[in-house]
Amino acid sequence: MQGATIRSRPVYPGLAIAPFARRHIFALEGEGAGALLDIAGDLTPEVLGRSQILYVARGSLGVGHHGALQNLGAAFWAAPTVPPLLGRLDVELSRSHMGTRLYLAGTEGFIGQAMQVAAAHGIDPVSVITEHRGSLARRVQCVHCKGVTEGVTTSPFLCSHCGLSLFVRDHYSRRLGAFQGVNIDAEEPGAVPPPEELYL
Amino acid sequence: MDTGYSATHRPETFRDETFRGEFSYANSPENIRHFPFPFHEDAYRYSVNIEPHVPGRPGSAFEHLIDVDEHYLAEMADRAQVLAEDPLRYQALPHMMLAQWDTLELLMEEQARAYPHLFTLERNGDQWRWINRPLGIDDTFTFGDPSTLPREPLDYICRQTQGDIALMDQRDGNLWLDAGMITAQADWSLDFDVGMNFHEWHAPVPLAPQMGVFDRALKYLLNLQLGKPVRRLNWTMTINPRLDTSPENYPKWGPDRTTVTPENVGQKVHLRVELQSLWRLPRSNGMLFVIRSYMMRMDEVVTVPKWGRRLPRVLETLPEELASYKGLSRYRQTTIDWLKRHDDGAPTSPGIFPD
Repeated sequence: MQGATIRSRPVYPGLAIAPFARRHIFALEGEGAGALLDIAGDLTPEVLGRSQILYVARGSLGVGHHGALQNLGAAFWAAPTVPPLLGRLDVELSRSHMGTRLYLAGTEGFIGQAMQVAAAHGIDPVSVITEHRGSLARRVQCVHCKGVTEGVTTSPFLCSHCGLSLFVRDHYSRRLGAFQGVNIDAEEPGAVPPPEELYL
Repeated sequence: MDTGYSATHRPETFRDETFRGEFSYANSPENIRHFPFPFHEDAYRYSVNIEPHVPGRPGSAFEHLIDVDEHYLAEMADRAQVLAEDPLRYQALPHMMLAQWDTLELLMEEQARAYPHLFTLERNGDQWRWINRPLGIDDTFTFGDPSTLPREPLDYICRQTQGDIALMDQRDGNLWLDAGMITAQADWSLDFDVGMNFHEWHAPVPLAPQMGVFDRALKYLLNLQLGKPVRRLNWTMTINPRLDTSPENYPKWGPDRTTVTPENVGQKVHLRVELQSLWRLPRSNGMLFVIRSYMMRMDEVVTVPKWGRRLPRVLETLPEELASYKGLSRYRQTTIDWLKRHDDGAPTSPGIFPD
């Protein structure tokens, strides 16, 4: 299981329906659709009637899941990119009451960002049901300029904000929903090893 | 015992010095003997090494529980400059306000008790008056009412206390790093780590987690009692006497590590010791974690013969993984070679204090 050796990284146990929830909100990104489709057998008419599915076919090879998700029969909304989906999730959570369960599936960067939205509504991260699907790409915060780069698949990589070459440290902040990037050639500027594709 | 040791530590004057630029920081002969040398034997051994934080040997860094020394004003000036450039070095999550007041009270009381010629705390119910003579502060405020202080209580008192400060909240059987002012850290980011639990916060440390060090430390700390603080020493090395060796500013200080030569070891290489103390807080049940850093260049270390003999022996036995984590790899051998010239091979006495 990935990440078991990084103690600051969350564990993503996998989607499982909480049968007694009054409302189910599924926020799915890319291959995260498969996490819900794989447990479609657990989606009773009663559960589906209380469910809202938010989906974005981005981040990894998720195109083509729209139809399958829509056919489940729950309320369904597809976002064009991640930010509108997070905006919609924010609205849905602001109108939610006790007994709402949140399910997140997709890349780690997506889960981390959706978790930030949930945290802003006072939802305990432990109560959110998560499953990592798709790319191993990392969301990385540059410790120097504080800019976040999405979809990082190599280490080192160039910070998309300040341009420094960053080594991806195995250290994850839930608050920021990101790994830490640290300048790799600070001691000898220019001495940057070739990037390795570690997080495809 | 205690031969050659100065009497009670009572700083009267403060050095005019810098931790950047021309790096004019240095220790007076008295302050060298004040230094908390961290090695009690000639070999390196990894341990949690926690002991009760009780007043120790007069003249040493252990004499008073919150130590103030000749670097006080210069450190406060450096801290103010770091905060002006990067306000994220101070963080406090909203639920930590009570722990902030606990901390303000503790740091004012301890400093006023130990150094009455420098600090005075007058309490009249919740009307408090705080006098800080070195910094020229004389403020009256209402304890518990943040609007009566110029800054949040933690922000206010940390700008008047030597050492980095972290506040931990205790809940769910864990300790959560939920506030702090960290301007002199050995390469960890408060902005990144704030909100983490004890295990998450220490995730990048090698070897120790596998040894169960943090599990044991957490179990111990969760039971920390009010009025019974504990301490431990930690250490690393820093090139040039730079307090702000933050990851944020790594591109500024990282190149220093390539500048060590056999000729400049004595001036450039500094032993950096953290006297870490942990205190239970009375109202919030939180925990105060003071990380007080002391730096001493190799030229100064070898003025104490016992330390000059012991340090190269310890450095030689340090596992490479830890040397790498502490960032010593580039200059460890150069430093050992230089120090060896001051090691005549004589046995050293047990314990950390000078003979």
